[in-house]
Amino acid sequence: MAWDYIIQGFSEAVKLIDDPYVIEIAIRSIKVSGIATLMAVAWSLPISVLLGLKDFPGKWLVKTLINGLMGVPTVIWGLVLYLMFVPLGPLGSLGLLYTEMGISVGQALLITPIIMSIVVNSLESIEGEIRELALTLGADEIRASFQVVRESIGGIVLAIIAAFNRAISELGIALMIGGNIYVRGGVYNTRVLTTAIQMYTVRAEISIAIALGIILMGIVLAVNLLSNLVRKWLE
Amino acid sequence: MIAVNKGANTLVLLVLLLAGLSYGCIGSTNGTQTATEKPKVLTISTTTSLYDTGILENVIAPIFKEKYNIELRFIPKGTGGAILDAKSGASDAILVHALPKEQAFMEEGYGVNRKVFAYNFFVIVGPKDDPAGIRGLSVSEALKKIVEYGRAHPDKIVWVSRDDGSGTNTKEIALWKNAGFDFNELKNESWFGTTGSGMGNTLLYTSERKAYTISDIGTYLKYQKEGKINLDVLVDKGEELINVYAIIIINPKKIPGKDFEGAMLLAQWLTSDEGQKAIAEYGKDEFGRPLFYPAVPVLKNQQGDVFKWIIKYGFMKDGDKYTECPEKFRYQPKYDFFEFPASVVEG
Repeated sequence: MAWDYIIQGFSEAVKLIDDPYVIEIAIRSIKVSGIATLMAVAWSLPISVLLGLKDFPGKWLVKTLINGLMGVPTVIWGLVLYLMFVPLGPLGSLGLLYTEMGISVGQALLITPIIMSIVVNSLESIEGEIRELALTLGADEIRASFQVVRESIGGIVLAIIAAFNRAISELGIALMIGGNIYVRGGVYNTRVLTTAIQMYTVRAEISIAIALGIILMGIVLAVNLLSNLVRKWLE
Repeated sequence: MIAVNKGANTLVLLVLLLAGLSYGCIGSTNGTQTATEKPKVLTISTTTSLYDTGILENVIAPIFKEKYNIELRFIPKGTGGAILDAKSGASDAILVHALPKEQAFMEEGYGVNRKVFAYNFFVIVGPKDDPAGIRGLSVSEALKKIVEYGRAHPDKIVWVSRDDGSGTNTKEIALWKNAGFDFNELKNESWFGTTGSGMGNTLLYTSERKAYTISDIGTYLKYQKEGKINLDVLVDKGEELINVYAIIIINPKKIPGKDFEGAMLLAQWLTSDEGQKAIAEYGKDEFGRPLFYPAVPVLKNQQGDVFKWIIKYGFMKDGDKYTECPEKFRYQPKYDFFEFPASVVEG
C-alpha cells in the first residue's frame, strides 16, 4: 500500500490522458469556464472602471460588499442557485438546472467579485499619478481616465486569468447545478473535470481520477504560465 | 505609449483567444447536433444505489437513446433528494426504493403510474473476522449483537449508517425498529457513525474503519469485486431484506411542462422483455451473478417466496388488493399495472 497505490495510479493515469472520454471532459471544462469568464468580464469590466475611476458617496460600502462576496463558499452559490434554477423556482423558466450553461452562469457569478476586486485595485493604484500627469500634460478628464485604464492592462489580464482558474477548479456549483451528467455521445452532458474527479475518487477508481487531476493541474498551470508571459511582455 | 498599446492589444488577443476557444467548442457540439437531430432529454432523479453500479449510464441510457433518440439525464441523489428534485420540477420521473416515501410522494399528488421493475437484496456487511459475531444470524439478532458490541466498544466506530434519507437508509431505520431500537437515539451513541452520503462512499468508509453497515447487494458486489473494499456479507437471510426498485412518473397535472409520454416510454421499456433482459444480464459476466433481478417475470409467474416478498415489501395496499400503483394514482387508463388479491400475502 502506501505509495504503491499512488504510483500505480499515476502510471495508469498517464495511459488514460489521451482517452477520448477524458479529453471530452477536459474540453467541456475549458468551454464551460471559458464562457463563464467571458460573461463575467463582459459585465464586470465596465462596472469596475466606473468604480475605480469615479468617486461617489458610499463607494467604500460597494467595495466592501465586493470583497465580502469573494468569500462566499462555492457550495453556498450552489445551494442558492439550485433554489433559483429549479424549474418551479424564481428563475426556473430559464431552464438552466443540469445544463452546461447553468454551470457557466453560476461560475460567472462566483468570479465576478474576483475580477472586479482586482481590476478596481489596479486602477486605483495607478490612478493618482497617471491622471495627474495626463491632466498636467493637457488631457481632458475622459482622455485621462482612458490613459489610466490602458496603464492597468496588466491588472486586468491578471484578473481574467485568476477568474478563469477559479472557475475551472470550482466544484460546488459544477456539481449542484450541473449534476455531473454523462451519457456516451450525449448532447446534454455536464460532467466536468472537478465533478469527475470527485466521483471517481468516491468510486475508488483512482487512476482515472489522477489522470483528470493531472489535466486540470495542467490547464491551471498553463494558464498561469501564459499570464506570467503576458505580464512580462507588458513590462 | 508603445508599451501601453501593446498591452491593449494583448488584452484583445487574450479575450479573442478565450472567445475563440469557447466558440470553437460550441461550434463543434452544434456541428454534431445538426448532423443528427438533437435528441429529446428526460431528467431522471435516481437513487445512488442504482447509479453507483453503473447500470443506468452504461446500459440503460445508451440503449434508450439508440432506440428512441431520447437522452436520459440521471441525477443521482438519495431517495429524499430525488423526491425534492421531483417536487421542484427538475425531473420527469424518479427511480426509487423506499415504499413509505414513495407512498407519501404519491399521496401528495406528485407521482403517478408507479411501476416495479427490479429487485435485489440488502445485506449486512462487515469485517471478515466479524468481531461482533453476527455471521449467519437473523437480521434482528444481528443488529442486537452489534448494539451490544458497540456499547462495549464506545471508542471505535462499529456501525456506519448513510443517514442521508435514501431508500437504503429508510430500510435501515425500519430494520433497527424491528430489532427494538430507535435510529435517532442510536445516532447519538459514540460507536455509531454516519456518512450522510451515497452507498459507494459509505462502503469505502465502512471498510476503512473495519465496521459494519447495510448495503444493497449490487453496489457491494461491484465494490468488492473491484477490490475497493474488504467486507464480507454476514447477514443475507430474511424476507425483510428484499429491495424493490420502482419508477414513478411525475404527475403532469401537478407539475406542468414535464415529458409524461417520454417518461412513460422509459417505464414501459424498463418493464418490457427487452428492458428486463438488460437488467438481468448486467454484471453477470463480471461478477458471476446479476446485480439486479428483473421483477416482471416473478410477478407474471406469481410463485415462490420472492413473489410474496415483492408484494409485501414493494406493493401498495389498495382496498382488498396489493398493487404496484393504486388506482387513484393512475394517469390515463391505457397502461397496465400488476395487482393481486390481499390473500396472496396475508394467506
